[in-house]
Amino acid sequence: MNAPMNFEEGTPAGHVRERLVVIGNGMAGCRAVEEILARDPGRFDVTIFGAEPRVNYNRIMLSPVLAGEKTFDEIVINTREWYDDNGITLVSGDKVDSIDREHKRVVAASGRIEPYDKLLIATGSDPFIIPVPGKDLDGVVTFRDLDDVDKMLAAAGKGGNAVVIGGGLLGLEAAHGLNLRGMNVSVIHLMPTLMERQLDEAAGWLLKTELERRGQTILTGANTKEIVGKDGKDGKVAGVRLEDGSEIPADIVVMAVGIRPATGLAREAGLEVERGIMVDDHMVTSDPSVLAVGECVQHRGLCYGLVAPLWDMCRALADHVTENPTGYEGSVTSTKLKVSGIDLFSAGDFSGGEGCEDIVMRDASRGVYKRVIVKENKVLGAVLYGDTADGSWYFDLMKKGEDVSDIREALIFGQAFASGGALADPNAAVAALSDDAEICGCNGVSKGKIVACIEGGAHSLDAVRSGCKASASCGSCTNLVESLLSLTLGGEVESGPKTLCKCTSFTHEDVRRLIVEKGLREMPQVMQELHWTTPDGCASCRPALNYYLLCAWPGEYVDDQKSRFVNERLHANIQKDGTYSVVPRMWGGLTNPRELRAIADVVEKYDAPMVKVTGGQRLDIFGIRKEDLPAVWADLNAAGMVSGHAYGKSLRTVKTCVGSEWCRFGTQDSTGLGVKIERMTWGSWMPHKFKIAVSGCPRNCAEATIKDFGVVCVDSGYELHIAGNGGIKVRATDLLCKVETEEEALEMCAAFIQFYREDAWYLERTAPWVERVGLQYVKDKLAEEGAVEHYAARFRYSQQFMQDDPWAKRAAGEDSKLHQHLAEVRPFPASQMENA
Amino acid sequence: MMIGNWLDIGPVTQIEPGTARTLPVVGGEEIAVFHTMRNEFFALRNKCPHKQGPLSQGIVHGDVVTCPLHNWNISLRSGKALGDDEGCVPTIPLKVDAGRIYLLRSAVIGAQDQAA
Repeated sequence: MNAPMNFEEGTPAGHVRERLVVIGNGMAGCRAVEEILARDPGRFDVTIFGAEPRVNYNRIMLSPVLAGEKTFDEIVINTREWYDDNGITLVSGDKVDSIDREHKRVVAASGRIEPYDKLLIATGSDPFIIPVPGKDLDGVVTFRDLDDVDKMLAAAGKGGNAVVIGGGLLGLEAAHGLNLRGMNVSVIHLMPTLMERQLDEAAGWLLKTELERRGQTILTGANTKEIVGKDGKDGKVAGVRLEDGSEIPADIVVMAVGIRPATGLAREAGLEVERGIMVDDHMVTSDPSVLAVGECVQHRGLCYGLVAPLWDMCRALADHVTENPTGYEGSVTSTKLKVSGIDLFSAGDFSGGEGCEDIVMRDASRGVYKRVIVKENKVLGAVLYGDTADGSWYFDLMKKGEDVSDIREALIFGQAFASGGALADPNAAVAALSDDAEICGCNGVSKGKIVACIEGGAHSLDAVRSGCKASASCGSCTNLVESLLSLTLGGEVESGPKTLCKCTSFTHEDVRRLIVEKGLREMPQVMQELHWTTPDGCASCRPALNYYLLCAWPGEYVDDQKSRFVNERLHANIQKDGTYSVVPRMWGGLTNPRELRAIADVVEKYDAPMVKVTGGQRLDIFGIRKEDLPAVWADLNAAGMVSGHAYGKSLRTVKTCVGSEWCRFGTQDSTGLGVKIERMTWGSWMPHKFKIAVSGCPRNCAEATIKDFGVVCVDSGYELHIAGNGGIKVRATDLLCKVETEEEALEMCAAFIQFYREDAWYLERTAPWVERVGLQYVKDKLAEEGAVEHYAARFRYSQQFMQDDPWAKRAAGEDSKLHQHLAEVRPFPASQMENA
Repeated sequence: MMIGNWLDIGPVTQIEPGTARTLPVVGGEEIAVFHTMRNEFFALRNKCPHKQGPLSQGIVHGDVVTCPLHNWNISLRSGKALGDDEGCVPTIPLKVDAGRIYLLRSAVIGAQDQAA
């Protein structure tokens, strides 16, 4: 790529030194000079230009200066004496304006002209300013140099509100400093996870929780729309307005959304520039006399924003200019957050991938999350939160590409454990523990007690849990107890009950119980506290957890769309060709001309290829495309119809017969009762789909005895049946009880549904649920003093938040991204091609 | 520079993490563009190798999507079916630069059923 270096040319032989001009008095520029001096101190006459009017300081230590943990003097790297002692000319506070490559000289703002034999560009990077209105207001600062810190300190001296835009490394360090300086700090972050480039969702959640505990307000998924100024006081910042319309007051706004390589000078000089200044492995640009290092360069397609790669680049550069080329091969980087009291480490590639294996360890009581990514027996990356002691060890394994197959099992426990030879086998490690070593911290159970319990006949995890209480509370010692089981029994462990999915060792029952007992309110919190072995769950546990949380915390938990099956996300039923079917609700199977006309109009307007009467007494419109759904719903809403939830693990329909109003055999108003039940129960999310029917007499035309809840009217009242199923395995209902009035029937229906909602496993219909727990259990539970009122009241409370037509919200434009295409590609010849 | 080979399909913010959005190609196969919860982006043909289910509508976990029709797990990275299932869906090279998503133009247009 580059011509061989030729710097003898143009330089008189022997004693005359070459002239090296460095643009940038920052960490990269000075480090490069230091490296060159260390190799060949007499080689160059060095001139360094710095835009800031001061000596070289350690920019990454600005955060501790802001936080009051260090002073400026303590972060100075090279004092004035260093420049003098090494004969370096420092031109500070004079910015280089242009590079004249033809005449090999640079021109500074002051008019100073400096010729060079070799030029080193180390201009670093500029903070990225998001182009929103108000970005130039007084009080909007970046976090890049000491002047920025001074501005922040001045603002903090007056107290008040600070808003930091950007929840990355720099933004959080700024927020921490301002918080310590007594300001009321809000962080606005565009992405849903803090530091998303370094952290996965689980670690990001832990960090957010900790920062909130420290009094910061963290707004994730928040888009800044405008920075607003004070009325009447020109140019002074007053607050930040978000896309959702909310406004956060601010006396100072710190913009820390990212950096971009400072390439202006290089670009104007005609050097090859993409995102950064293009350099080869010896840090040489497209001009052999011009070198570049640091954040301003692009090497093998990558730009770096961290300090560690600088050292490697400067080494390669110095080796090259002193004619002993070694080359730079790119850097593997690691990150630590410099916020005191928060231990956080991230390195390498933690995005996972083909053939990658995640090893996850969570210790909820200590607030620890560790994830190591292994591929082909090599460590590829690591994310550590709460305990970062082994960060450098993982980083080292990663950089050296060491084979970890021998220590694979114990890797996650850290260096002390994994490198302990025989201890690398976790079973051996547990065997090596003394008898009085405490295994279960929650219940204070020692290894000796557990072994005695196992020897006493407890041959499964469950038996141990009930026998000596070990691992019966938080469950974090489950792995250790399992090791003890296999050690004691020689591998003859009875397998325990089925776990919720392969991401956890807990059963559905455990998870439901612990969500309530421990007050777990968010999905990442459940995964952390219950030691999920995957970072973000799977397609089995995510919908289950979403339901369990929704059921446990009505009105509080925010439904997670991305954890819902497609039908529940799009409020329609996906069909084999990828189109959807739409079923509007028809209360109790009743309809009228207005509704039928609206349905007919929709069928014609959207050219639906089929309309069908369903088994649940309503009409199903087929062949609707996802992008047309909101418009279809708008039309149906206009005729007074709402979602029929024919797509959900939810109340489906209430099927009725015509009852005493028309039928000569009818004993009660079954249609009327059916409508009342549907009005009460529609919109409720359930463990699985839930069907109800009301028949007006024992002839049972509404087929109430194969429904989840069935009412059969008789002369003397209402028979209430439960747990029927007309699906794969037909099951007739069991009689729950008989009541005399409609009010009692409604109350019992509400109570039964709520009990099922709170007790069953996700994706368990009432029929298998009742078979599993037993009819008597259900009867006993509902027969307890006050139980019916209690469950019914809880159901009604939850329904307050559920009976909100999801179609109407979508028709009004909510979540439009779920329905609209990104764009459309029309493949014209490449030269004309545009995305629509 | 990149304009010729890469097709700019807009900012990263238009796809919520943990979801996908679709990109129809006139006369070609629809593409699903995924944004994972670990903040990676992938583009695949929006058709499960099993029964052509729209992968864009599946649940995304890690770098895997579960097809909404029959729960096949497809690697977003390779397009391969995971576990005991066999099959592969074409992937489209994607890159993110300065907050925007780019797809390899030739793959968008060409790597449909018959390679260009």
